[in-house]
Amino acid sequence: MLSTMPSARRSRARFLVGLLLTMHGFFVASLLVANAPLEKTMGIVQKIFYFHVPCAWLLILSTFVCAGGSLAYLFAGSERGDRLALCSAELGVLFGLCVMVTGPLWARAAWGVFWTWDVRLTSSLLLWLMLIGYGLARRYGGAGGRRLAAAMALFAAADVPLVYLSVNLWRGLHPNTRTVSSLAPGMRLPFFFSLAIFSALWGVLLALRMRAEHSQARLVELAIAIEDAEGNSA
Amino acid sequence: MKRLPVTTRSWIAQAARIAWKDLHIEGRSREVVYTMGFMAALVVLVFSFAFISGQEGTVAPDAVAGILWVAVLFSGTVALSRTFDRERESEAIRSLLLSPVPRSAIYAGKLAASAAIMFLVEVLLAPLLAALFSAAIWPHALWLGLLLGLGTIGFCSVGVIFSAALLRARSRDALLGALLFPIVIPVLLAASRATAYLLDPAVPDLDPALFWTRFLVALDVVFVVVGLWSFEPVVMGE
Repeated sequence: MLSTMPSARRSRARFLVGLLLTMHGFFVASLLVANAPLEKTMGIVQKIFYFHVPCAWLLILSTFVCAGGSLAYLFAGSERGDRLALCSAELGVLFGLCVMVTGPLWARAAWGVFWTWDVRLTSSLLLWLMLIGYGLARRYGGAGGRRLAAAMALFAAADVPLVYLSVNLWRGLHPNTRTVSSLAPGMRLPFFFSLAIFSALWGVLLALRMRAEHSQARLVELAIAIEDAEGNSA
Repeated sequence: MKRLPVTTRSWIAQAARIAWKDLHIEGRSREVVYTMGFMAALVVLVFSFAFISGQEGTVAPDAVAGILWVAVLFSGTVALSRTFDRERESEAIRSLLLSPVPRSAIYAGKLAASAAIMFLVEVLLAPLLAALFSAAIWPHALWLGLLLGLGTIGFCSVGVIFSAALLRARSRDALLGALLFPIVIPVLLAASRATAYLLDPAVPDLDPALFWTRFLVALDVVFVVVGLWSFEPVVMGE
């Protein structure tokens, strides 16, 4: 017990440093985004890109991290893997929500409609639904809920390329599938900077959420230990 | 735990025996075939009442394929939730999992049995669609049968795992559909696209239908492999 104290303090310090760096990063990113050149046709509206695309990237990253954690849980019985899967799925739902809010806003301004059945819109929607399903399975799945959710994460990860491929073929090719590599040079730095900063925020939130889950598990263990001790002495 | 030696032949025999057991029970009660069949027919009718309008009294040709597959998906969840429901009675699942059979063979047997039952209902459902919407199912009846079989295998390969894991959940029936549908959307897409090309009343477009059929095969392979592989750890805690 006592030996865990310094490591707890150290990890708190590490977390604070991470948090401060991320906050500072968001400050710099907003300056960079503000100074980035305006897009020719969309103008100021295109700035949502620096917010929207990193969120979409984190939605995908969350799905694969969730599947990785579930793999460790299912096949190696790793509780840590299970916590990682749960926390990244939650973050995936959160960042997916950002994608689902910013996407239609941008679409309305750029294409005149809130939603089209475009490959990336549809794929991210399905991905988001799968992560919500993961959460539902965890919460309401009963005794087998954790393993059910883990299986769901595995299928979701196997599904990602299939969903993308099938929706792509279903709706025909999207005109600009290589948006990022065709970015104007002035937009590249702000974009990759905000991508890095959003990822850092994801990492900080993940660490924080996993810590909370870990503490909760410890608390349950301790409560059971106390109950056992009281039962023995009585 | 000492593992018994498993050969491919014995594995197939064990899977077949489990499938046979399920089909035998179903053959006696016919519960799933009747409830699923009735449900599927109702879904088709509900769509007819919702979509058919005006003087012509018909739906868009593309919609027939969609109606068929939506009916298969919705009624299929009824069949799937019953797949493992029977094992709950008298704790039959315990004996099944304690028997010296590889878990993957249990999965394969369950998959084969539930897909076979669903397929039987679908074979009866397709002529109903042909009659109601005068869809041209007969020129490519075998191909349509193949599509129904492939789509059903893809659907059941995921569904059997979820149904097994939901064995002890209270909100089993509500959750099964909610978790299953986002995962099997590619199967639905590929199957309904292929069917739509096949049933095109003007002239069936066979090239894209063939492409989507192949895509469906690839989907089935991926889903069955993930299923075979993850079934054991998923049911381990039972």
